[in-house]
Amino acid sequence: MVSEEDIKKLKKISLKLRKHIIRMTGLAKSGHPGGSLSAADIVTVLFFKVMRYRPEEPKWNDRDFFILSKGHATPLLYAALAEAGFFPKEELPHFRNLSSHLQGHPDRLMTPGVEMSTGSLGQGLSVANGVAFSRKLDKKSSRVYVLMGDGELQEGQVWEAAMTSAHYKIDNLTGIVDFNGLQIDGPVSRVKGVEPVAEKWRAFGWLVKEIDGHEFRQIIEAFNWAENNKGKPSMIVAHTLKGKGVSFMEGKVKFHGVPPTEEEMEKALKELEKKEKELEDERI
Amino acid sequence: MKEFEYKNLRNAYGEILVELGKKYSDMVVLDADLASSTKTARFAEKFPDRFFNMGVSEQDLMSTAAGLAIGGKRPIASTFAIFATGRAWEQIRQSIAYAKTNVKIVATHGGITVGEDGATHQMLEDFAIMRVLPNMKVICPADYYEVKEVVKKAFEAEGPAYIRLSRAKFPVIFDESHKFEIGKAQILREGKELTAVGVGITVHALLLAAEELWKQGISIEVINSPSIKPLDGKTIEKSARKTGKVFTAEEHSVLGGLGSTISEYLSQNYPVKMKIYGIQDTFGRSGKAMELLSFYGLDYKGIKEAILKFLKDS
Ligand SMILES: Cc1ncc(C[n+]2csc(CCOP(=O)(O)OP(=O)(O)O)c2C)c(N)n1
Ligand SMILES: [Mg+2]
Repeated sequence: MVSEEDIKKLKKISLKLRKHIIRMTGLAKSGHPGGSLSAADIVTVLFFKVMRYRPEEPKWNDRDFFILSKGHATPLLYAALAEAGFFPKEELPHFRNLSSHLQGHPDRLMTPGVEMSTGSLGQGLSVANGVAFSRKLDKKSSRVYVLMGDGELQEGQVWEAAMTSAHYKIDNLTGIVDFNGLQIDGPVSRVKGVEPVAEKWRAFGWLVKEIDGHEFRQIIEAFNWAENNKGKPSMIVAHTLKGKGVSFMEGKVKFHGVPPTEEEMEKALKELEKKEKELEDERI
Repeated sequence: MKEFEYKNLRNAYGEILVELGKKYSDMVVLDADLASSTKTARFAEKFPDRFFNMGVSEQDLMSTAAGLAIGGKRPIASTFAIFATGRAWEQIRQSIAYAKTNVKIVATHGGITVGEDGATHQMLEDFAIMRVLPNMKVICPADYYEVKEVVKKAFEAEGPAYIRLSRAKFPVIFDESHKFEIGKAQILREGKELTAVGVGITVHALLLAAEELWKQGISIEVINSPSIKPLDGKTIEKSARKTGKVFTAEEHSVLGGLGSTISEYLSQNYPVKMKIYGIQDTFGRSGKAMELLSFYGLDYKGIKEAILKFLKDS
């Protein structure tokens, strides 16, 4: 059972990650806040509840793997890695600077804890399948997690990989679609609709669970569900809100790849700090 | 003309795969519905658990191979050269070259000697688009025995590599004792008046051409340069210093291949007159492999004529 205490702890971390995301993109004056914020609760649960890893030994052979297929969500990934202890949090403000190892998109050679260099959409699920194969060959019980965007599902390679996972009965992999309904040029439904998403994955041979991607209990349960599935790959379709947690960013197409201005950054941080305070005062 | 022994490069590939598979338990092989053709099927038969057929999904093929490498395996991914490098170029760039994953791409059916299938299947641009990728090695062996050496040495070296093989049987140049080193060219015949550098099937043709030209009193140095990247610029430059003229021949577009690579090197280190010989800026067409070679002037006769013309013009 997950205690109220645990949930509160996770909520606190997710607020911390959100603050990092705002600061990193605000200071860098570039980067992708929207899709980082929408996946923040999912990534919080993964890194601080579900996955096994050793920050002091990033290549520990029994670790779980996290592949950020929607590589533009680096602010989120780096925030989680820093909070998990892979590198000092003091490095986060240098995101996207020439002197920093924190590249605009993930670089597995430069940043400890980054499993794969991504940024070109559509390739992560194939990579995750490959890692999953390697775990099976080595008879490891560890799992592979791969996070994709909903716009990303327009990439043909995703569906090549979807067939691979199903054909090879890759059940040591959990996929997550961050279904926030938005991409760069507008709502996914208007750019080029991807619905019915859950049915597509089912038709491709996957087990699918739809959840609210901001409800911690649902997220945790979904990961448990996936881990217990045998003989088929599992996909969590997480309904989320792009920009979640910062009111003026929520549901705004613009904040996909536009950072907050200095003023907006202050405003967003205040809002998140207020939420932290409220959470602190909340009685369990 | 004397009869030559012809041997199938793909058989060499299938055989060395099995040999390496026995030795290295972390070796895995992937293909994209062409296993029977590329001969990865030989490996699949022996090591079914370490073989992954990805179906007709070349992009998925390359990225999955990268994932296996991240998981500590040593993957070799195979399909035809056009699909390996053309369809999946960006996957190779991001997930293999940039990510520096330990993936070897061994593509068969490079060049016009694909034959009857025609232009859509005749990859003439692969050296060009692979060698521009940082971290990527580009190698193309000249005969059956060299295939085994090249695949073995590339497999045993860390990091990404692209190896181009062909569908056609190639005349045998070497034997079991042949050695290949990454980044090394080899002088096969010494000469004074011209340096002729070949790769793949043109190497044998150059040797024949040199023999005939010798009978006409012309002395040509023949160099086999399977390693296009890293290039053995030193060996080629040394020869160029001696002969003062360099002729390159390849079953590839004259744009961006071995000739371009050598020209980039020599123009900056020891400029000499050069002739870059190969397929002109054009696509191929259907025909029998050897017919096509002579149609495009890449048999020893065509090459000999081209050398004579170059000697006359320069
Ligand atoms: C292959 C490729 N094409 C285009 C882009 C540019 N791009 C970056 S993010 C993005 C939209 C992605 O939308 P979605 O997957 O819904 O991401 P999210 O909403 O979660 O941020 C695009 C087109 C890219 N990174 N990769
Ligand atoms: Mg989206």
